Amino acid sequence: MSDAQNQARAVLEGPDIHRALTRIAHEILERTRGAESVVLLGIPTRGATLAHRIAGRIAQFEGIKVPVGAIDITMYRDDLRLRPARPLGRTELPPDGVDGRTVVLVDDVLFSGRTVRAALDALNDVGRPRAVQLATLVDRGHRELPIRADYVGKNLPTSKSEKVKVFLQETDGRDAVVLIKGDDR
Amino acid sequence: MKSHLLSTGDLSRDDALLILDTAEELARVSQRSIKKLPTLRGRTVVNLFFEDSTRTRISFEAAAKRLSADVINFSAKGSSVSKGESLKDTALTLEAMGADAVVIRHSASGAPHRLANWVRGSVVNAGDGTHEHPTQALLDAFSIRRRLGRLDGLKISIVGDVLHSRVARSNVLLLHTLGAEVTLVAPPTLLPVAVESWPCQVSYDLDAVLPKSDVVMMLRVQLERMNAAYFPSAREYSRRYGLDRDRFARLHDDAIVMHPGPMNRGMEISAEVADSPRSTIVEQVGNGVTVRMAVLYLLLGGSEPAIGGAE
Repeated sequence: MSDAQNQARAVLEGPDIHRALTRIAHEILERTRGAESVVLLGIPTRGATLAHRIAGRIAQFEGIKVPVGAIDITMYRDDLRLRPARPLGRTELPPDGVDGRTVVLVDDVLFSGRTVRAALDALNDVGRPRAVQLATLVDRGHRELPIRADYVGKNLPTSKSEKVKVFLQETDGRDAVVLIKGDDR
Repeated sequence: MKSHLLSTGDLSRDDALLILDTAEELARVSQRSIKKLPTLRGRTVVNLFFEDSTRTRISFEAAAKRLSADVINFSAKGSSVSKGESLKDTALTLEAMGADAVVIRHSASGAPHRLANWVRGSVVNAGDGTHEHPTQALLDAFSIRRRLGRLDGLKISIVGDVLHSRVARSNVLLLHTLGAEVTLVAPPTLLPVAVESWPCQVSYDLDAVLPKSDVVMMLRVQLERMNAAYFPSAREYSRRYGLDRDRFARLHDDAIVMHPGPMNRGMEISAEVADSPRSTIVEQVGNGVTVRMAVLYLLLGGSEPAIGGAE
């Protein structure tokens, strides 16, 4: 892995992530009365992976199959003009859509809140959920918009110059949340 | 820093695949009830059409509008061009109006290249003379990949009026980049002079090529560009190079038939073949909007173009 460089520190290891997701799954069940009419929508790529894992937990605990999907937000970003055009992620909605359901958006890291704002806009174009909630593996603070998470894996105090990187088995070959000390910017 | 889509020859394999992959995701958007994306809000796309075209202009217009860009349509008929304004002056006028991209169709080969030197925005070639039509080739490649799942190693035959076809040149360059083996099939009179230098094979015998083809792309016989006798008669052409029921039957079972449109039914392609389920002619039109959205997004969506390389 390339994070061997300057002062990278793992703040969550595999078992920690496992426990955090288990707790989030329980909390979702609790607060939505057994995941009634819940749809989990992950923000690609790692949010989508996490959404599938949470759905797996819910199925394991209660035997309910919660619809899972992904919603790509690239075209809705507010910083598109600051960087070259990015490749798009995949949007995959469950066959029954999101109308009238409780959508739980899932992302790996909650930071400025701009990604979530973009996700809310994107969601607006694919249907009208009854309610929208937000689950995140790591909340690292420094919000720039009035957005908060309903389910948080770990609150991680960071300085703005630090970077938080999430590695997941499915995409990166291992589970870890790594804090990288920032020297640039 | 600026970048244009003038020729498929300028696209690297990675560029081309990025366009196709982007289009693949955008195709999902065109299936939902709200088809609009906010991505190009505040950007202006000018459709500058010096030559008649319905489907390409509408396709570009739909693509730009679905990305929330403002679209200005400019056709040469009834405009200042008919009063004798030069391409350069027209370009400078559009530039002054703040065009972020100019989509140009022109009867002169090379016009988009000239335009690219005069305007600050991105120039997209929507067909220049008998030279190139890059977005058509991209949508053809996209249509093939959607039907057959891949492009690498496919045997693709492009049949008919290669001489007058900008679609053929763009397709040969792009499909070669993407790893397909292209064979041009045409009577010697309808092949361009330097065709040996193209990255493809050439044959005069359609019946020999058909059984080996995974894709057969029929070209329109461009009678309006023909100022000499290139073949004895329409019937003779059709008999040797038209795709009729008998020839169609000799294709292998998974092979598909394409046509960039508009078709001369009964000339290069029979109605029966054009309407068969193995013809992609109708989906090519739908895919055109998607692919053009991808091109506009990648050229205009970011701080700098993501394809075509830096100047």
